[in-house]
Amino acid sequence: MASEKRAEHPLHHFHGGVHLPGHKHESTRLPIRPARLPKVLVIPLAQHIGQPAEPLVAVGDKVLKGQPIARAADYVSAPVHASSSGTVVAIEERPIPHPSGRSAPCIVIETDGQEQWRWRKELPEDYRSMDPSHLRNLIREAGIVGLGGAGFPTAVKLNPLPGKLVKTLILNGAECEPYITCDDMLMRERPYDILSGLEVMRHALQAETCVIAVENNKPQAIEALRQAIRARGLDDVEVVEVPTIYPAGAEKQLIKTITGEEVPSNGLPIDIGVVCHNVGTASAVHRAVTLGEPLISRIVTIAGGVAEPRNLEVLIGTPFHDLLEECHGVPGTLDKLIMGGPMMGVAVHTDAVPVIKTTNCILAVTRADMPLPHRGEARPCIRCGRCYDVCPMELLPQQLYWYARAKDLDKVQEYHLFDCIECGCCDYVCPSHIPLVQYYRYAKTAIWAREREREKADLARRRFEARQARLEREKRERAARHKKRRVASEDERQAKILDALEKAKAKKRAGGGEGEGGGA
Amino acid sequence: MVAALIGIGALGVVFGALLGFAAVRYRVEGDPVVDRIDALLPQTQCGQCGFPGCRPYAEAIAAGEADINQCPPGGEATIRALADLLDREPKPLAAEHGETPEVKQVAVIDEQTCIGCTLCIQACPVDAILGAPKQMHTVIAEECTGCKLCLPPCPVDCIEMVPVEEDLEHWVWPHPDEERRHGV
Repeated sequence: MASEKRAEHPLHHFHGGVHLPGHKHESTRLPIRPARLPKVLVIPLAQHIGQPAEPLVAVGDKVLKGQPIARAADYVSAPVHASSSGTVVAIEERPIPHPSGRSAPCIVIETDGQEQWRWRKELPEDYRSMDPSHLRNLIREAGIVGLGGAGFPTAVKLNPLPGKLVKTLILNGAECEPYITCDDMLMRERPYDILSGLEVMRHALQAETCVIAVENNKPQAIEALRQAIRARGLDDVEVVEVPTIYPAGAEKQLIKTITGEEVPSNGLPIDIGVVCHNVGTASAVHRAVTLGEPLISRIVTIAGGVAEPRNLEVLIGTPFHDLLEECHGVPGTLDKLIMGGPMMGVAVHTDAVPVIKTTNCILAVTRADMPLPHRGEARPCIRCGRCYDVCPMELLPQQLYWYARAKDLDKVQEYHLFDCIECGCCDYVCPSHIPLVQYYRYAKTAIWAREREREKADLARRRFEARQARLEREKRERAARHKKRRVASEDERQAKILDALEKAKAKKRAGGGEGEGGGA
Repeated sequence: MVAALIGIGALGVVFGALLGFAAVRYRVEGDPVVDRIDALLPQTQCGQCGFPGCRPYAEAIAAGEADINQCPPGGEATIRALADLLDREPKPLAAEHGETPEVKQVAVIDEQTCIGCTLCIQACPVDAILGAPKQMHTVIAEECTGCKLCLPPCPVDCIEMVPVEEDLEHWVWPHPDEERRHGV
């Protein structure tokens, strides 16, 4: 029925977007293969949005594959599990894939090669009979976060607030960035895992309809999914082919394409009754709920200048250099190493950084294999307006650029800076090669920093004022005490004088009497 | 002639009464300019400007007794914001008040050496030090503004300023222009 309805309503278009060279076929020639077990696993505590996890193990502990080694610190957080069996040799700061190039706390495990699993959790008989909240707990304990790139804890996204109905659950298999093919290969090879995860998610969300969105440049994936749907008899799940245009796979753009509705500014997809999950996440949910396996591995595309581009199933914590080696290294001079795609990825500063839950692609950029045309020195903006033409959020990139560049943090927010999804379309088309997105990223983080500083200043002001008030009060109290004492001592003196006079009088009287008596 | 005089006079009386009424009815309590200046100051309460706290400095600026370039913790950004608010020309930080610190710092007490004299507690402008006579003292890092006022009174020199560790969540992307200038 849903498909009939969809057939009546053609797909919608989002504003702008760009057509990019795909570079997808290089890494889809070989099937997915498990990567070799690395000697050392470096597992960061913060691989997701939210609070970093808290370690549960100490240096020297033996750990088993799948054992939780750090627990979620908050509601928006995720636990971390040992990807293989071995010994914890360090809990320390190590370089992680982050644009700052800094280090962050990691648990380092020396693997023993046994791949010995922990006692697996007894599986619930059937998730369909389970309460959605119980199901969410299971997914949360498996450490599952969005594998599409953002890394938002999945259990939180599977928990629509009371009173919010989920009309459509969209599985995102669009994968629009050049070079990245991990979702494509997953859909081709493991469509049943994805569908099984989809059913679990649908149950947890109680969603009305389900759609799997795939860009139309992945015919094999679409066919595999459709076949699996037929085989499983899931007639109400529809595979929708969306046009290949970057960024079709961005959450808000995909929702617009499928439903025709826009996610409100500062809002969430659930506000318009939509929840969107990545196909890789669905596969991870399937493994957690039906096999009892936590999230300890993921599929990673190793592409660009490597000798043998391909997809590997990689244990979380495997260093990048192990994977580059497994793909027979980089023949040319490595210019830079990117985690993610050429448009939205972040450059890492060393190949020692580990694969984390959100690592979908490792892109080796060499002189010979430049993902995007070489960008020269930035020249002044000529106000051509092409950035506006391609902006999928219909923002005014030029205006944002002026204000971000001038550090006018108030003005830049008036032009909806925080609606920018940092897709890089404006960068890509800019004839002056201005690194626009970098300016927006700077402005966003600078605004957050300013907000934190203001909060801190307000706290200091309140404490300073409270202290002034206290000092003032103490001074008053001291003065009052002094005055009281002075008054008291005055009274006392008067009393003493009176007393002395009284005594003197009495004495006089008595003395006089005596005298008189004496005289008598 | 007489009519005009009477007319103008009457108008004067009416407007005078109106202004008088407005002055009483819409009287502004306190000085809003001071509040706005105070909001721009970093609230370090360090006294480097020569006034005992940010609020007193704000009052002095509003009264024209102090210049806008006397706040080292606020640095260039604060001077620019003040210049904007007061419609003056920004000027460089006055050197006699000190330099803008490169990184944020907080005070840390070496608890082994502390003798519990409470002098630092009395010096702290934001009550961020905890302790009692002859008991160990400690700094509440979250509330410390890094003003360094606790350093001179300490008789055993057990307080140290340490840079605040910036975690990854609080990291700020470099401004592209500055990055290029530094040749990164």
